[in-house]
Amino acid sequence: MLKGKSIVSIDDVETEDFYEIFHRASIFKKTVKEGKSLELMKGRIMSTFFFEPSTRTRLSFESAMNRLGGSVISVSEAKNSSAAKGETIADTIRMASSYSDIVVMRHPMEGAARVASEFSTVPVLNGGDGSGQHPTQTLLDLFTIWEKYGKIEDLEISLVGDLKYGRTVHSLIKALNRFNNKINLVSPEILQMPDHFLNTLKNRTKINLNSNIDEVLQTTDVFYVTRIQKERFVDLNDYQKVIGSYSFNQELVDRMKDNAIIMHPLPRVDEIDPKIDGNKRAYYFIEAANGVFVRMALIDLILRGGKVE
Amino acid sequence: MNEEKVLKINKISDGIVIDHISPGAALEVLSVLKINGRGNLTVSVLMNVPSKKDGTKDIVKVENRKLAKKELDLISIVSPEATINIIEKFEIKDKFKVKIPKEIKNIIKCNNQNCVTNAREPVDSRFGTEIEGGMEKFRCHYCERTMDLKEVRESLMK
Repeated sequence: MLKGKSIVSIDDVETEDFYEIFHRASIFKKTVKEGKSLELMKGRIMSTFFFEPSTRTRLSFESAMNRLGGSVISVSEAKNSSAAKGETIADTIRMASSYSDIVVMRHPMEGAARVASEFSTVPVLNGGDGSGQHPTQTLLDLFTIWEKYGKIEDLEISLVGDLKYGRTVHSLIKALNRFNNKINLVSPEILQMPDHFLNTLKNRTKINLNSNIDEVLQTTDVFYVTRIQKERFVDLNDYQKVIGSYSFNQELVDRMKDNAIIMHPLPRVDEIDPKIDGNKRAYYFIEAANGVFVRMALIDLILRGGKVE
Repeated sequence: MNEEKVLKINKISDGIVIDHISPGAALEVLSVLKINGRGNLTVSVLMNVPSKKDGTKDIVKVENRKLAKKELDLISIVSPEATINIIEKFEIKDKFKVKIPKEIKNIIKCNNQNCVTNAREPVDSRFGTEIEGGMEKFRCHYCERTMDLKEVRESLMK
C-alpha cells in the first residue's frame, strides 16, 4: 500500500506496488490520450522544490498533478528560495508540508529527501538527491518495459555506458534484481559498476559483468543506455574512444532482435544517433512521455489510495 | 631478574578490564573512551602481550570507571574481539564480548562529503550494519553509502 507513504528510494516501493502503479499508469495514459480531463486531485496542492536543475522530472511531475486536476506551487530557482539564506531542509520542509498535500524535492546532497521525509507531515517524493536515488525515474523505466513486454521478469537487459556514476542504472538494477532477469553490464573499464554497489545486490548469479556490446547485441530484449559524462575523463582521447564504442547507430540497430527496445533516461549526447529515432526499437521518447503517467499513478495512489472512480 | 624491580600490574578492586583487544589497538580504545591520563583514573595499558587465544593482545584496565552503551559500541568498532570484565570488590561481576550493534546512532560521521548529514541539518548520524563477504559494512541511513570497518575507525580517530 502506497497511501500516505513517502518515496525516497526504490526500496521504499514493494514489488506488489510496482504492478499497481503500472496498471494505474496505463489507465491514466489511456484517459489522457482520449483527451478526457480528470478531477481526482481537485483542491489538492503539490509543492515542488528543485534545488538542482531539472527539465523532464520537474515538468512531468507538474504536468501529472495538473492532469489530475490538482494544482502546483513551486520555487522556481534555488537561489530565490530560503535555502539560499541558509535555511535547513528540515525547516524548509516543515513549512512546505503545511502549505501543500504532497512535496516533490530534488536536492544536490545525498540523503536530502530522506531528511525531508522525516520532517514532513505530508508524503515526500524524491526527484533526485545528488548522485543518490531517483526512484520515480526507475518506476517509469520499469513501466516502459512492462508496457512493451507485459512483464518485468525473464528478460535479458543490457545496461550500457556510465554504470559508475549514473544514479538511474543503480536504482534500476536494484529493482530488476528482485526478479528473474539476465542483466548484462556493458561499460568502459573506468565506468564499471562499483563493487560496493554490486555487493548490495542479493541475486548476483544472473548478472553478467564486463560484457561487451557485440556479445549481447543479438540476445538483449532491453538496452538501457546512459550518457557518458565527458567531465569524468582526464584524457579526452580516452573519452573519444569510449564514446565511439557505444554509439547506437543504424548498423548496430540492424543487428538487434526484432522486438528489442532501446531506452535512455535522457539527455543524450552522442550515445544514440538521432538517425535511429524513427526506428521502432527507439523507446526513449516513449519512456520520457511515460514519466507523466507513472507520476500521475504515484500521486493518486499516495494521496487517494488509487480508488477507481 | 630481581623480583623487586619488576613492576606488577595489580588486580583492580573496582572498574573495568578490557581484554583481548586487537594487538596495538589499546590506544585507540583509550581514545574512543576519551581517557587521556589527565583525569584521576588509574589506567594500566598492556600492549602486544602474549595470549594463548590470540597470539598477542592488548589489555586495558581502568579503575573506578563504568562503560556506557555508546562506549561499548565504540570499543566493538575499534576492536571487535574485545571482552569486557566488570570488576567489583576484586571479583569479576560480569564478563562479556563486545558486539558490533545492528544500528549505530550518533557515533560515525559519514565520510561521503556530499551526504546531507554533513550539512547543518538537525539529524543524528545513523548507520545500519551489514555483513558483506564476511566483512562488516556500515550503511548510512541517509545517503545509503557504505563505509568499511577501517574507514569507520579512521573517522573515529580524526
